[in-house]
Amino acid sequence: MATEFAFPDAGAKTAAAAPEFQTEKMSLSMGPSHPSTHGVLRLQLELDGEVVTKCEPIIGYLHRGDEKIAENMTYNQFVPYTDRLDYLAPLANNVAYAIAVERLAKLEVPERCQAIRVLCCELARISSHLLGLGAYGIDVGAWSVFLYSFTEREKLYKLFEELTGARFTTSYTRIGGVARDVPEGWTDRVNAFCDQFLPILDEILALLTRNKIFMDRTVGVGVISREDAIAYGLTGPNLRGSGVGLDLRKDRPYSGYERYQFDVPVGTKGDCYDRYLVRGEEMKQSVRIVKQVLANFPKGPWQATDARRIVSPPKDKVLTSMEELIQNFMLVTEGPQMPAGEVYFEAENPKGALGFYVVSRGGGVPWRLKIRAPSFCNLSILPKLCAGTMVSDVVSILGSLDFVMGECDR
Amino acid sequence: MDVSLYFNLPAWLRVTLQGVAVIVVLFPLAAACSMAERKISAWIQGRPGPNRTIPPFLAWIPVVAPLLQKLGLFQLAADGGKFVFKEDPIPGHVNKVYFVLAPILAMIPALTTIAVVPFGAYLDSAGRTVPLVLANVDVGILAVFAVASLSVYSVILAGWASNSKYPFLGGVRASAQLISYELSMTLSVLPVFLWVNAPGGPGTLSLFDAVQSQSQPGFWGGMWYGVLMPVSAFIFLVALFAETNRQPFDMPESEADLVGGFHTEYGAFKWSLFFVAEYCHMIVGSGVFVLLFLGGWNPLPWVSLETLAGWLHLAGSPVLTGVLATLLFLGKVVAFIFFFMWVRWTLPRFRYDQVMKLGWQKLLPLSIANLIVYAIVIALIERA
Repeated sequence: MATEFAFPDAGAKTAAAAPEFQTEKMSLSMGPSHPSTHGVLRLQLELDGEVVTKCEPIIGYLHRGDEKIAENMTYNQFVPYTDRLDYLAPLANNVAYAIAVERLAKLEVPERCQAIRVLCCELARISSHLLGLGAYGIDVGAWSVFLYSFTEREKLYKLFEELTGARFTTSYTRIGGVARDVPEGWTDRVNAFCDQFLPILDEILALLTRNKIFMDRTVGVGVISREDAIAYGLTGPNLRGSGVGLDLRKDRPYSGYERYQFDVPVGTKGDCYDRYLVRGEEMKQSVRIVKQVLANFPKGPWQATDARRIVSPPKDKVLTSMEELIQNFMLVTEGPQMPAGEVYFEAENPKGALGFYVVSRGGGVPWRLKIRAPSFCNLSILPKLCAGTMVSDVVSILGSLDFVMGECDR
Repeated sequence: MDVSLYFNLPAWLRVTLQGVAVIVVLFPLAAACSMAERKISAWIQGRPGPNRTIPPFLAWIPVVAPLLQKLGLFQLAADGGKFVFKEDPIPGHVNKVYFVLAPILAMIPALTTIAVVPFGAYLDSAGRTVPLVLANVDVGILAVFAVASLSVYSVILAGWASNSKYPFLGGVRASAQLISYELSMTLSVLPVFLWVNAPGGPGTLSLFDAVQSQSQPGFWGGMWYGVLMPVSAFIFLVALFAETNRQPFDMPESEADLVGGFHTEYGAFKWSLFFVAEYCHMIVGSGVFVLLFLGGWNPLPWVSLETLAGWLHLAGSPVLTGVLATLLFLGKVVAFIFFFMWVRWTLPRFRYDQVMKLGWQKLLPLSIANLIVYAIVIALIERA
């Protein structure tokens, strides 16, 4: 006896169930622990096969309440917390924060201090962009780029350590100056670094810039139009990659940036490739600025001298002279005394415009401190950018935005 | 020494010995590849690479032990030991049977293909060249393709059994990629065998015959197929990269977007089996490429093994010529594996759809055109 098998036609069955053939979308949680989300960003993706139909960034995994913490400590005590915002360029954060508070106090810092700060910012920019470049290399699969750029970062870290005593969490600036003068011979070593850095940078960039596979992965991927870039409040290389030549160092110079010659590279299409090119060129411009600073390194004091209620006295005087002892004691116990008022200051950080909004009611503690994190704003365009791309493009786009979650989540 | 001793053994013992030999040789070779990968990547990236591990009971040996330590040779044993002894977890959400089956399935084709790949040859007392191969089957290259293509099942199975999204995506990518590139790969070697199978002679797909036809006297006879058919060689090379899941085609695992791809949920020994299988494929693939396009064990184009043996006065000794041929072959394979690694640590990775486009829209038409051109040319030559 033959057994009868019924084979229902799969297509007919589906057609009966739904008027048109339906596919199921897959939701994929990318992160917070994922090799390409650069920290603890989480993307809730909706996939149709390999195509991303929806992308929702979920942030806050690194939230530490920095803004609230700031209200509970004196102005100088908050400097180490700024290290941990964009932890790839702590020196630049230090400088931005210090200048913001100094604007509040209407305090002028001497030229040498400004020059040191410019050095810090630009070296930090190189260091941050190097990491951005290296991490981008990993994202598109070019591991060696990462190692090459890290070798260069290591040299920078050595310089940072000499300058600040720490490689990573530099905490170098103080309100009204910097923690200490540059060590002897340091400027020469910075100069030597710059000299050897440019050819190596060209070598690293040569691995990617005209590489067919790299261009396939980045050209035309993640295009941010000029209008979108402005509308979403992008800043830094991401904005300039879209062709908007906004650079706060040029447009609203601070810390003596007006004294130096440099170009602001801008992209044309606003795709991942343009953002990569902009970062590469910015490193070269940073070297140019560093060279100019070093060629004309001002002598003199490196801390504001006429602000006894804000700036610490020289250490040797503290132990020998009554006035300085009292000054030091007051500063340590009460904090630097600020006038009441509010100030908003934005600095051109490697990741974009890092802004500090400080509200003071007088005294040594900010009443409110709001941080405008460039990474936070830059990430806001992700849902628009990622929809309709492939899964691998998401990685390309994330890498090209070069964000840091420490800053985004604060 | 007489090779006839070995041939006088009963057949079952010989087969068992051969099987053991495959595992004993190929496993360490694959492990050595993983070590080489780490060391070569280190050299390319300007770092020292693994150079610390040394077993205490060997540390007393002067010169040699520190040298091996610097070369990271002991790291190999340490890594292997780690994979064997560390906890081998099976996540709770997987399909256990298939999950365990997948790495085993990965190993089988990897170890099987080597059986039909000749790894050397020797000149017997009559001066004939005899291949050193575990199974000198007539279907040679076909057997390699047939068995090697089975490896895609392990990837699909691993991706499916893991019951997790990243491995799933990796498995889907891998299956699509492996299937796409097999076509071009097979088509690319056809001109070689059109050339080998001149009319009149017995038809063959044997890899040994492919080498033999590259070691004949005369300008055309001694020419390697890499020179004669550069397009075929190129297509085969690209497809080989894709088939072995190597950068720039490492879609299935592309760690930047899929974490670990199909083996995300695997750990310890099971993961290492995938790893070893990948290297085995690389070794076998390189071997096939060397045999087909780089003259096998012939030292140079237009200089065959026989000629070299004549120069070195080794013609009468099967053992010495065998060793010489094997070394020549292995040397080429090793150089080729170095090339694999060099590429991996230099190039970025394609996107999945670009891999597919390259495979179907560029490589496949090119390989078909290549086949047609060579077919016509060979036909014209034979008519003339």
